[in-house]
Amino acid sequence: MTRRRLVLSVNGSDHEVWVLPSDTLLDVLHDELGLADVRYGCGEGVCGTCTVLLDGEPVNGCLTLAVQAAGRQVTTLRGLMGPGETLHPLQACFLRRGASQCGFCTPGMILTALDLVRRRGRPSREEIKYALVGNLCRCTGYTKILDAVEEYADRAADTPDGVPS
Amino acid sequence: MVAPAFEYVAAGSYDEAARLLADGGDEAKILAGGQSLMPMLNLRFSHPGLLIDINAADDREPFVTGSVLRLPALTRHRVLLEHDLVRRHCPLLAGAVRHVGNVRVRNRGTIGGSLAHADPTSEIGCSALAAGAQVAVRGPGGERTMPVADLFLSYWSTTLAESEIITDVLIPVAGPRQGWSFHEMVRRTSDFAIVAVAAMVELGEEADTIAATRVALAGVADRALLAGPGLLGGLTGVNGSMLGGVARAGGTGDGAGGAAGAAAAAIADSLEPVDDVHASADYRRRLVRVLVARALREAYADAAGRVG
Repeated sequence: MTRRRLVLSVNGSDHEVWVLPSDTLLDVLHDELGLADVRYGCGEGVCGTCTVLLDGEPVNGCLTLAVQAAGRQVTTLRGLMGPGETLHPLQACFLRRGASQCGFCTPGMILTALDLVRRRGRPSREEIKYALVGNLCRCTGYTKILDAVEEYADRAADTPDGVPS
Repeated sequence: MVAPAFEYVAAGSYDEAARLLADGGDEAKILAGGQSLMPMLNLRFSHPGLLIDINAADDREPFVTGSVLRLPALTRHRVLLEHDLVRRHCPLLAGAVRHVGNVRVRNRGTIGGSLAHADPTSEIGCSALAAGAQVAVRGPGGERTMPVADLFLSYWSTTLAESEIITDVLIPVAGPRQGWSFHEMVRRTSDFAIVAVAAMVELGEEADTIAATRVALAGVADRALLAGPGLLGGLTGVNGSMLGGVARAGGTGDGAGGAAGAAAAAIADSLEPVDDVHASADYRRRLVRVLVARALREAYADAAGRVG
C-alpha cells in the first residue's frame, strides 16, 4: 500500500500529511497531528470519544477515512476555543456544572451538544438526551452534562446571534 | 482494533463504480456511509483489498415522480428523519430512522448502504419492506428494479450480482387511507433491535373497516422479512373496533385479545427465531406477539386519524 499526500483543513489551518488509504481520520488527527482531544474509544461508532465536526456535522473519526476528509473542514474541540485557548462558553458551562470528571468523553459531548443547540435553539431535556445517546460517559451519570447543556442552551437562546459569551 | 490495509478509489459515478467493482472482483467492496462497513473492518470481520467510495457519485435529493417517492441511495439517515417529502410520503421510514444508531451514524449512514448491508435486525430494511419499497440497481448489464423483499438473502447477504450497486430506493407514496406504525425492543436506546416490527393498515371505503395490511419484521430470522399475507388475511374486512384493546397493567400483559392479537399470535407461531446471547427464541416470539398487535392497532388508529 502506498501513502498518499493529503492536505487536511483542521481547526482553520491546513496540514500536509502522508496517509495510507486505510488510515482513519482519528488515526491521523491523534497520531500524526497530535490532537489529544480526539480519542479512540470503541472503533465501532458507538461511544463518541472520536467525535469531530466534518463541515460542521458530528461524525465518527474512527469510521471516516482520512482521505475522505480532503477538501472539507474538520473541527475538533480545540477548534472551538478562542485566542489564547480561552474556553468556549459551552466548555465553561461544563466546568461550572461539574459535567466533566475524567474528561475522556468531554470533547465528543461538547461537539455533539453544540451541533444540537446550533440546529435546534433551545432543545428540551429529552431532545438533549436523545442527541447525546451515542456519547458514553462512565463517570458523571450524565445528569450534570444535561444540566450544562441546558444552561448553555438557555444562554444561547437569550443571545441575539445564538452565541453566548 | 485497526482495519487491515486496503486500497481506496473514489468513483465519480455509479457506472464508474460498477466498472471498478467488476474489475475488482471478490476483493472489491463499495463504501457508502461506512457506518456498518468500517466497524466490520476495524473489527477485522471483513478483509477487502479495495474500497470503492461512491460518496461523490451522486448528489441528488429525495424527489417524487408520479406516485413514487424516489430516494437516491446516498440519502443519509438524517435526511430521512428530517426531509419534508419523506415525512409526508413515507412517515413510517421517517419514524423508524429515529431508532437507527446515533447522531454521527445518521449523519453519514445511507439508505442504499443500509439495505445492501442486509443486517437482519435493520430498522430501515424492516420499514422498507412494510412500505412496499423497491430498489433500482445498476450493473454492467444496465439497470433493473426489484422489491426489497427479493433483495435480502440471508445474514448480511443480498441477491445483488457481484458488480451491481443500489442507486435508488423507490417507495409508493403513502395513500390517504393508509396508517403506519413502527415498534422495536432494544436493550439500550440506539442499539440493534432484538425484534422490530413495521405495520401498514389501509382502510376500505367504509372508514372503520380494514381493506389491507402489511407487517414486516426484523430480528426474527436470517433477514428482515414480510409476514405471509395468509397470516394477515383474517384482518381484511374486519371492523377496527374488533382489533382488541391495548394492554393495560394488570391485564393480560400483552394485549393478546381481538383480531390484532390473533394475527400477531399466528405470525409469532410461524417464526423460528434463533436463541442467541441477546434473547431466546421464545422471548423473540413473545415480542412479536406483543409488538405486532400493538403496531396493528396503532397503524389502524393512524389511518383512522388521517381519514378523519
